[in-house]
Amino acid sequence: MFKSLSPATRLGLLLVGVLLACLLFMTLNVRAGWAFTLPFRGEKLLGLLLVAYCIAVSTVLFQTITHNRILSPGIMGFDFLYLLLQSLMVYSLGSIFFSQINPSLKWLGEVFIMVGAMCLLYYWLFIRQQRHLHILVLVGIILGTLFRSLNAMIARLMDPVEFDLLQDVMFASFNQIDSTLLGVSAFLALLVTLFGWRYRHALDVLALGNDQAVNLGLNPRRLMMLILIAIAVLVSVSTALVGPVTFFGLLVANLAYQLAGTHRHVYVVPMAVGLAAMILIAGQAVLEHVLSFATGLSVIIEFIGGLFFLILVIRQGRR
Amino acid sequence: MIEVAGLNKAYQTQKVVDQVSFQLKGAGVTAIIGPNGAGKSTLLGLISRLQRPDEGWVRVDELDVHHCAGDRLAQTLAILRQENQISTRLTVEDLVSFGRYPYSKGRINEQDQFKIEQALAFLDLLGLRHRYLDELSGGQRQRAYIAMVLCQDTRYLLLDEPLNNLDMKHAVGIMKLLRRAADEMGKQVILVLHDINFAASYADCILAMKEGQLVYMGSPEAVITPEIMQDLYDLDMTIQQIQGKPVAFYYR
Repeated sequence: MFKSLSPATRLGLLLVGVLLACLLFMTLNVRAGWAFTLPFRGEKLLGLLLVAYCIAVSTVLFQTITHNRILSPGIMGFDFLYLLLQSLMVYSLGSIFFSQINPSLKWLGEVFIMVGAMCLLYYWLFIRQQRHLHILVLVGIILGTLFRSLNAMIARLMDPVEFDLLQDVMFASFNQIDSTLLGVSAFLALLVTLFGWRYRHALDVLALGNDQAVNLGLNPRRLMMLILIAIAVLVSVSTALVGPVTFFGLLVANLAYQLAGTHRHVYVVPMAVGLAAMILIAGQAVLEHVLSFATGLSVIIEFIGGLFFLILVIRQGRR
Repeated sequence: MIEVAGLNKAYQTQKVVDQVSFQLKGAGVTAIIGPNGAGKSTLLGLISRLQRPDEGWVRVDELDVHHCAGDRLAQTLAILRQENQISTRLTVEDLVSFGRYPYSKGRINEQDQFKIEQALAFLDLLGLRHRYLDELSGGQRQRAYIAMVLCQDTRYLLLDEPLNNLDMKHAVGIMKLLRRAADEMGKQVILVLHDINFAASYADCILAMKEGQLVYMGSPEAVITPEIMQDLYDLDMTIQQIQGKPVAFYYR
């Protein structure tokens, strides 16, 4: 029965699911008055929506430009690169500079640097060199570990005042969304969306592979570079808000390919975003209000996502 | 008209395409033949801008292939390579519809739909249109790809070994179809062929390559001769005229 549904109907059903999850999140187990609960939870809800959006979109875009289904920005260590850049900046520029500058402005600067660093590294890795997928998986996991370790080393070199400044970023999680950056983050995500909308059909063509994209009149190199920039922005946003999330993007992107019922990005991307939002929000609602924070949402999501990643790698190897 | 002048391409020190120049005028079917590693596919890649030459240039209808806007060329010249791996799951109709992208940019209108139907019917794919590519046999998939580039409706059609994976019936069917595309629609079809008998039966012009160089060029009667085949493939061949076309026997 599900097979016969059109992509638009499927998206509609998903939207209902997302709205139900939001409703659950906002109304479950309200103890304090509504005047307190609504803005308090509303802010969290916006944060979760934004994070779901960034992770889902960045993963689908990344998989389209790299022509694979088992790598995602999270697995390739993008998030840890962001954390490393943060530490490096605090360490080199000093705490006084860091605490006095306008946080939104500072953050825009960070995103800018992140975009530059990420594009250089991953452009070289993915687009200049055509490598085998399994080597890329290894490289990504090694790079992720390298960035994380460097980050830890720099944290040890810092003096406590400087380290204190990093706390916000380092310990952000689904429970503690860094809400000071919500406004400017949403703005950046919107910019990326407006830009991406223009390329919605070109993305479908890009998924056919480089040769076909050239044949059909695209300039794949240029397009991939632009999309890589968009991915860098989205990853920066999600990492700044909730910290590194490794496998979640992979999970929702692959579910979206299965459930969207079409290859077209116009449907696949919203599908992935909706799934990500539904899972995050419903999961957080249940954890906070039913299990009363017995465990972190990221632990569960990463566990399921990690298992899923292993299944994909094993299946790919068999072919 | 396709003009190729002084094309060179080397991987490290290995020259793959070496000083190739030629001109092809008007409609017709042109076959590129030669032994493995002669540079046939690379030459096709260079002409179609999928690869960049180290030296030399290619012009198609006065457009410089390597410096002209991609979407303009996509309406003039279509290329199909040997290996096509797609990471997304597509139906035959989805794939063929992509052929209209240079015109529609993703928004298929009535005329596009008409061309799509035409291409599907041309390649006998109407019954398979809703099947997914990964459910098809190699030959059916090959036909779907050919339908896609045909749907692109370009004057020039470049095909790298289009007969791969096809049984005799479908191979003959494709060659007849390409012949018709040249004769009835005025297309210039350039294709890499391994089977010299197909080249001799259907091509107007044969380009023979060896070690990166264009060594012979001419009509099938002029190129498919025992001496040239001996030079090209290092094989003794018996060549006879059957129904007015040279046919080579080289199996024993």
